[in-house]
Amino acid sequence: MALAAAGLLLFLLPLAGLVIRAPWSQVVPALVAPETATALGLSIFCSLSATALALVFGIPLAVVLARTKGTLRSVLRALTTLPMVLSPVVGGVALLLAFGRRGLIGAALHQAFGIQVPFTTAAAVIAETFVAMPFLVIAVEAGIRAMDHRYEEAARALGAGSWRVFARVTLPLLRPAIFSGAVLCWARALGEFGATITFAGNLPGRTQTIPLAVYVALETQPEGAIALSLILLAVSLAILIGMRDRWLGSL
Amino acid sequence: MAGALHTTFNYAGSQTLASQIEQGAQADVFASADTAHMKILQDAGLLAGTPRVFAHNRLEIAVERGNPKAIHGLADLARPGLVIVLADPSVPAGKYAQQALAKAGVSVKPASLELQVTSVLTKVALGEADAGVVYVSDVVTSGKVDGIAIPDAQNVIADYPIAKLSSAQNAKGANDFITFLLSSKGQAILFGAGFEAA
Repeated sequence: MALAAAGLLLFLLPLAGLVIRAPWSQVVPALVAPETATALGLSIFCSLSATALALVFGIPLAVVLARTKGTLRSVLRALTTLPMVLSPVVGGVALLLAFGRRGLIGAALHQAFGIQVPFTTAAAVIAETFVAMPFLVIAVEAGIRAMDHRYEEAARALGAGSWRVFARVTLPLLRPAIFSGAVLCWARALGEFGATITFAGNLPGRTQTIPLAVYVALETQPEGAIALSLILLAVSLAILIGMRDRWLGSL
Repeated sequence: MAGALHTTFNYAGSQTLASQIEQGAQADVFASADTAHMKILQDAGLLAGTPRVFAHNRLEIAVERGNPKAIHGLADLARPGLVIVLADPSVPAGKYAQQALAKAGVSVKPASLELQVTSVLTKVALGEADAGVVYVSDVVTSGKVDGIAIPDAQNVIADYPIAKLSSAQNAKGANDFITFLLSSKGQAILFGAGFEAA
């Protein structure tokens, strides 16, 4: 009981500090400042895009993971969860070395099509997807393995093709896992800093998401930084509290 | 050298370090890349003595080895199609860069505003940026980029002050370190690294 209380305090105290020490008179001006709206809009756009990409690529990946066995599965799982344990800045460096102008793929893209990935909003989305997708993959994979497969087998026995089984039986059964995975993924993407600044850079309106804006503001005008942090906190809380229990399932 | 002093260094943008010290971080000595951040600490009563300028630095344009994009001055940075990276104006190097660009009458659209000048250097060295505005000392110590000089009329001379902090736990050590930096030996080392003597 005491341990649980200590754990709760660890979460509560920093949040309480943020709310109590907030310069409330400065929050409203910070809220309506155009830079705040830009950063917030960019943050929401990038995190939602990253979550969408994670859903499109992560769900099939989770299905493959759940169906593979043995060493191949261990290798695949290690690869897909690596971004979770990697320091975000290291992730950013790795992204640069892969997609930068001299990168593994990036060099070819640049030479053939003149595409430069770093310093674009797309780069911010890629960075966020890289660090956040593992959360979705893990949640969905766990959901698949915990699922009762008899429904799928019954559907197949009744003559449904594999795509139909997946769309009409598997996915609906996985909805809680997909939902909780998507929420975790979105939350992680929203807070991403290290990989974004290393790979995408920092430019208001293009790559300066709220975490970057907070960091820059922290040194020049801390009150503005605290106000920005509160805004992000409020947006995150609203979404998380708005999630109904029954949707979240395993979360 | 008898009784060598054991030193630990904490490197970051001056604005980050000043902010940390203001929030209570303990240190013996603080060296800043501009007088403004030293003044912030002085006004807050966090210094234990008057700051002394221990070196100067000036700006230089960092470009890829061999200068493939043929950049010869600040005016070239405004060329369309070039990827230019600067330090954020909240960083001393970024502030100086804005001043130099204003002096040269050049308007640049940077691809990114980095949070420390070393990041600008890294992006150029990695080939991600075509050019960046950094300090002369950065180019000298990097060895991986070429430097394009900025004429004095456009350049900005950065004054680097150093001071002992009121939270210093090793006051004697702090004084010794500052004295060494200001001595001819210390100045020679700084000069070798691309800084200008105090």
